[in-house]
Amino acid sequence: MTGPENATELVRHAPGAHEGGAALLGGTTTPTQDFLRGVWEENPVLVQMLGLCPALAVTNTVANSLAMGLATFFVLTGSSLLVSTFKNLIPKEVRIASFILIIATFVTIADMTLAAVVPEIHKALGAFIALIVVNCMILGRQEAFASKRPIGRSLLDAVGTGFGFIIAMVMMGSIRELLGNGSLLGYSVFGPSFEPWIIMILPPGGFLTLGIILLGFGWWRGRKAAEVPRVRRWPHGVASRRAA
Amino acid sequence: MSSDLFWILISAMLVNNFTLHLFLGLCPFMGVSAKIATALRMGAANIFVLVITSLVASFLNAYVLPHAPYLRLISFIVVIASLVQIVEMTIKKVSPTLFRELGIYLPLITTNCAILGLAIFQTNRGYGFLEGLAFALGAGLGLTLALVLMASIRERAELADIPALAKGMGLVLIIAGSLSLAFMGFAGLSTP
Repeated sequence: MTGPENATELVRHAPGAHEGGAALLGGTTTPTQDFLRGVWEENPVLVQMLGLCPALAVTNTVANSLAMGLATFFVLTGSSLLVSTFKNLIPKEVRIASFILIIATFVTIADMTLAAVVPEIHKALGAFIALIVVNCMILGRQEAFASKRPIGRSLLDAVGTGFGFIIAMVMMGSIRELLGNGSLLGYSVFGPSFEPWIIMILPPGGFLTLGIILLGFGWWRGRKAAEVPRVRRWPHGVASRRAA
Repeated sequence: MSSDLFWILISAMLVNNFTLHLFLGLCPFMGVSAKIATALRMGAANIFVLVITSLVASFLNAYVLPHAPYLRLISFIVVIASLVQIVEMTIKKVSPTLFRELGIYLPLITTNCAILGLAIFQTNRGYGFLEGLAFALGAGLGLTLALVLMASIRERAELADIPALAKGMGLVLIIAGSLSLAFMGFAGLSTP
């Protein structure tokens, strides 16, 4: 499997990921910060740009996005719990291999559960459930957090990051289903006279939606940065990211 | 038969392009698409690993997994990861020049979802040995094509007068969206 230096390289290569690492090494985070950081401040999809494959591929309807978000949430929480529990038993040299094995086990459970409970959504998501294994967000959390921190904190971090992922997924799914189909969760919103923007539920719509969301966030941050002297600074990392 | 294989190749390369249509392998697509030279190397490394993965997946599907289907995911990921490691060590020993060329990209490919995605799609569609090979080759060429196109546009965008707000990932995603839109034109190629 990939050596340790490659794994850290991977985490470091992800845009925006290094700030989270710096905050961790400082070791000054409170439990609330552990939880909230993943939800918004370092949202895996919208800020760190991790886990993009599912975020773009299966967000054509809200139901699919939600199912994918919940499945990923389950895998992330389960893996973090297990990795954090066994962190002292896993040898440093094979830790990435062990993490991936643990993740793959939870993904298999999620895959079979979805197939049994909601067969039609399982069919719509297709191979992308199996591909949760290679979602860099999950491996990133194990490497950066769960393998170094106590069980409670790791759970908080996983739940926070998982919530952040669900929020991003549902946000993408709502925009794409609303514009591309004129409905939300299958219920028509705009009525029959609405001409759907088919492109939004096709693959290009995924890229365009996330691109526009990111541009909007950039604009919003730029406006907030302009009034920095008056606004209280966040405790970690935000100022440097604004400058970047 | 041979036209079937050719169609599988073209379909994986253009119509169902891994990056622009199936969203697989986005990390390298966003990460190493800033320069054409790097994009080409990354593409070459990808083709290489995809073809090997396809061979191994065919073997596993034929001889191992019929006995234990629930182990599919775990065995794929473990075999792919160790294989990449072996390939990396072999190249390092046999051709240090090539190793320097591919550099960090080889290990990073392990966690590239295109590789596992190829193995899973190949299994789901019931491709045999030769079909899998054509599929892998097409997927690899498609990834390379998308990477190089993206890198060319980004090299141009470096010189263009872009508002500060739009620089960065937002712009890359919008460009990817336009490319994806253009690739949708290939859908007309599909055989009846």
